[in-house]
Formats: sequence, structure tokens, C-alpha cells
Amino acid sequence: MATEKIGVGSGQRISMLKVLNPFHIWALGVGIVLVGEFMGWNFTVGKGGAYASLIACWVIGLLYTCVAMIDSEVTSTVAAAGGQYTQAKHIIGPLMAFNVGLYLVMAYTMLCAADALVVGDLMKSGAAVMGYADLDTRPFVVLTVAFLAWLNYRGVFMTLTINLVITFLAFMSLVVLFIAVNPLSQGDVLQHQGLLTDLPYGWIGVVAALQFGMWYYLGIEGTCQAAEEVRSAGRSIPLGTMGGIMTLLVAATITWFVATGLMPWQYLGQAVTPMYDAASLLGNTNLQLMLFMATAFAAIASANGCINDASRAWFSLGRDRYMPVFFGAIHPRYRTPYRSIMFLVPIAISFAFTGLLDQVITFSILSGLLGYTFMSFNMVKFRKMWPLESIHRGYIHPFHPLPAITLFVLCCATYFATFLGYGASLLSIMAFYIVASLWFVFRRYQYVKRADQFTMPWPRPKGY
Amino acid sequence: MIFWDVLTYAAWGLSAIMLMWMVVDAFMVSSQYDEEFLMSSREGEDEVMHGVELDGENK
Repeated sequence: MATEKIGVGSGQRISMLKVLNPFHIWALGVGIVLVGEFMGWNFTVGKGGAYASLIACWVIGLLYTCVAMIDSEVTSTVAAAGGQYTQAKHIIGPLMAFNVGLYLVMAYTMLCAADALVVGDLMKSGAAVMGYADLDTRPFVVLTVAFLAWLNYRGVFMTLTINLVITFLAFMSLVVLFIAVNPLSQGDVLQHQGLLTDLPYGWIGVVAALQFGMWYYLGIEGTCQAAEEVRSAGRSIPLGTMGGIMTLLVAATITWFVATGLMPWQYLGQAVTPMYDAASLLGNTNLQLMLFMATAFAAIASANGCINDASRAWFSLGRDRYMPVFFGAIHPRYRTPYRSIMFLVPIAISFAFTGLLDQVITFSILSGLLGYTFMSFNMVKFRKMWPLESIHRGYIHPFHPLPAITLFVLCCATYFATFLGYGASLLSIMAFYIVASLWFVFRRYQYVKRADQFTMPWPRPKGY
Repeated sequence: MIFWDVLTYAAWGLSAIMLMWMVVDAFMVSSQYDEEFLMSSREGEDEVMHGVELDGENK
């Protein structure tokens, strides 16, 4: 006897659970980023010296502050998964939305792969310290992705609560390290007077450092992906995002201050785990162990947030039929975009197995940068189409259009910096997105149900 | 070292179990629930859109 499936003809709609609060949003944003404070940021030092790194830290900090402010305002009105993809769809149009959605999926999936590689490398380092030199990292890379995907599959609340705990612990390890170097007594532990030099490559080194300066903050914009799962997007997204960028500005400055006071720029500029090295120089085993654990926590939190965000972006593309609608399904029990989560697992593992950390990260950074560039146009158009009095906002960012203009100028400067170091990668990534856009326009868009993708209860835009 | 060999096999094994669990669960959901229902979500609504007071909403 055939049994009827649950939900047939019921007319009911399924939705994701609204269970998150501003602390979860903070954990999502900061969790994705914080691994950049433990490794990666220091390549700015290699590009232009210690002072260039500090300039990059604050200039790119300004770029991301603009990103956070713009995201907070727009997303406080768009309570939908997809974040910047959804913003682009409503404000600019389908082609831009498709591209932004793809940037998001690629950026987060590749970052997840890179984080899993870091966890594998940390396991190998730990094994080496304990006398086992040839540990195979692959099972630990797969385990990281599989476990975090499983966690994401089973519910967003537990996923981001775990992120909150491990991100907070990782952040506190930086604070403890800062206190341990006795920051108020210059010359006691820190040796800035002897170690800080003039710009070794001049101002062009400062410009070149901007590319890796993104490591300090890359991923904070991911907070928007949770907009459909927070209890109040108008309140939680701005609080979590702005709190997150403030945390990161503090963490980035602490990181630079401690590391540049302990290591010469020639070493720091090519170190793999600079903060662990900093703890090792202090000769305190407990600090070493703490930084080792914190680096692992930061990498796991980042991979966790990336799976969350990439799956929401892919889910949104599927729900609007920009990708197969199959991916727009929600789990009836866990209320997560489970098919999107599963789909991205083999892709993340494949990227990780290439072992090409440099290229994977560069693709991720450039995809993010393309997304930020669109946001400056998006913000100007948003304010024109829906002026302040026309739509209720949970947050209104100040000095408009100055942040949008600043964001655009800084994005251009960072493109130039990327071109200096990774010109071929930049051009090939551009070519990839152009080909993808052609596919979308000529093949995919015919399947999109145009009216179905705009279900937000927004007023008619001004001038339409 | 036996410990690290065991840990490596355990990592492979746990990964396989979790991945298989997700695949099996996804098939079970597909067999029990209507596809239209699973894909019926729409862009979210939020109280902010309707001008509802935010204070005290998230207790």
C-alpha cells in the first residue's frame, strides 16, 4: 500500500528557525575571521615591513568598517538568507545577484578548505613535537570538514553556540598574550625600538601590503548570512556585526603590537604561525600550549562559520532557481539547508586535497573583494530607491555616501595591490566569473521564475 | 607509533560515519516528505519590516 508523503497538499510552508541572538552573529563574523590574526596577516610585514603592516591593518580596517556599516543597514531590512546576494537581487538585479552569490560560495568554501588544511598541519606539528614525524594530514582535514558539516546539518543554534565558545577562547588567548608581554614596559619583553625599521620597500611596499591586510578582517561580512535565522534581523545583525568589527580592530592591533615587538620583520614576514612563535619566544610552555590550542580553535571556528555561510548562499541561489531548486530544501526537523550543506562538503575537501593553500586563499580573498566592490554601488542605489523615510531600518549608518565612496576607493587600491603580487590569479578569477555570468545569462536564467524571487514585503522603490 | 596510527584510522572512520549519517538521513527525509513542502520556504519576514517596536522582542 502506498503511503502519502508528509506535507502533500497541506499548503504549509517550511522555514528556517529563528533562534539566533546578537552573540551568535558576533561569533559567526569574528569566528570566520579570527584565524587570520593567528596566521596570514604577517605576510603584510613581508611585503612592506612592520610599519606597512600597521598601515594596512588600519586602512583595511577602515575598508571593513565601511563593509560592516553598509551590511548592517541593508541587512537590517532584509531578513533573508543569502546576505549580499539577496541585497544585490533586490537592489541591482539578477546578474549581479548571481555573481555575488557565486563570490560568496567560492570565498567561503575555499576559506573552509584552507582552514581544514591548517587543522591538518597543526595535527602534524603536534605529532612531530611528540615524536611522530610523518603524520598523514588528510584524515584530519576530512574529519574537520565532515564533523563541522554534520554539526551544521543538525541545527544552527548548536553550531553557532560552539562557535561562540571557541571564538571567545581564541580571542582571549590574544589578550592573555598581550598581557604576558608586559606592554607598558618597553624594553622589558618587547623590543619595538630595536625591531621597528623604516619602510624597507618604500610606499609601494605599503600598497602591496594591502592585499594581505585583508587577512585581519576577511569574513566579517558573513554575519548577514544568518539574517533569516535571527530572532530580530533589525537588531541582531547590526549589533553582532558592529561588535564584531570592533573586536577585530582591537585583536588586529594587539596582534601586530605583540608580534612586531618580539620578531624582526624579515622573520615575521614569512612565518607560518607567528603568534605561536611569539609565545615560544617567551619561553613559557603554558603560553605555547594555549596559543597552539587557540590557533586550532580559530581555524575550526572559521571553517564552521564558512560552512554555515557558504551553504546559506548556495541555498538562496537554489531557492530562487539561480541554481537547481533541489538545493533550496530545508530539513523538516533540523530546519537547516541540509542539501546545500552536503553538496559543499566534497567541494571543500577537493579544494583542501589540492594542498594549494596560497591559491585557494587568493581565490577566496579576490572573491570577497569583488563582493565588497559591488556593495559600494549597492548602498548608493539602496538609499536612492528606498530613502530613509520609505522603509524602516534597524540601523542607519552615518555620513552617507562617504562610507560607500571610501569603500570603493579602498577596493580599487587593494585590486592594484593584488595585481602587483598575483596578477595572473586576478585575471584568471575575473575570466572565471565572466564565463559563469555568460552561462547564467544564456543558459540558466530561463529557469528562474522571476516573480517568485521577490517576496519581501518592501514598498515599491522610488521612481518605479 | 601505534597511538597516531590508531588516531588516523579513527579520524577516517568517524568521518565516514558522519558523512554516511547525513546521506542516509537526507534519503529518509526525501522518502518521507513531499518535495514541494521541503522547498516551500520564502524569503523571511521580520518584525522590523512592519514597524513593530524592537524593544523587548528578544527576551
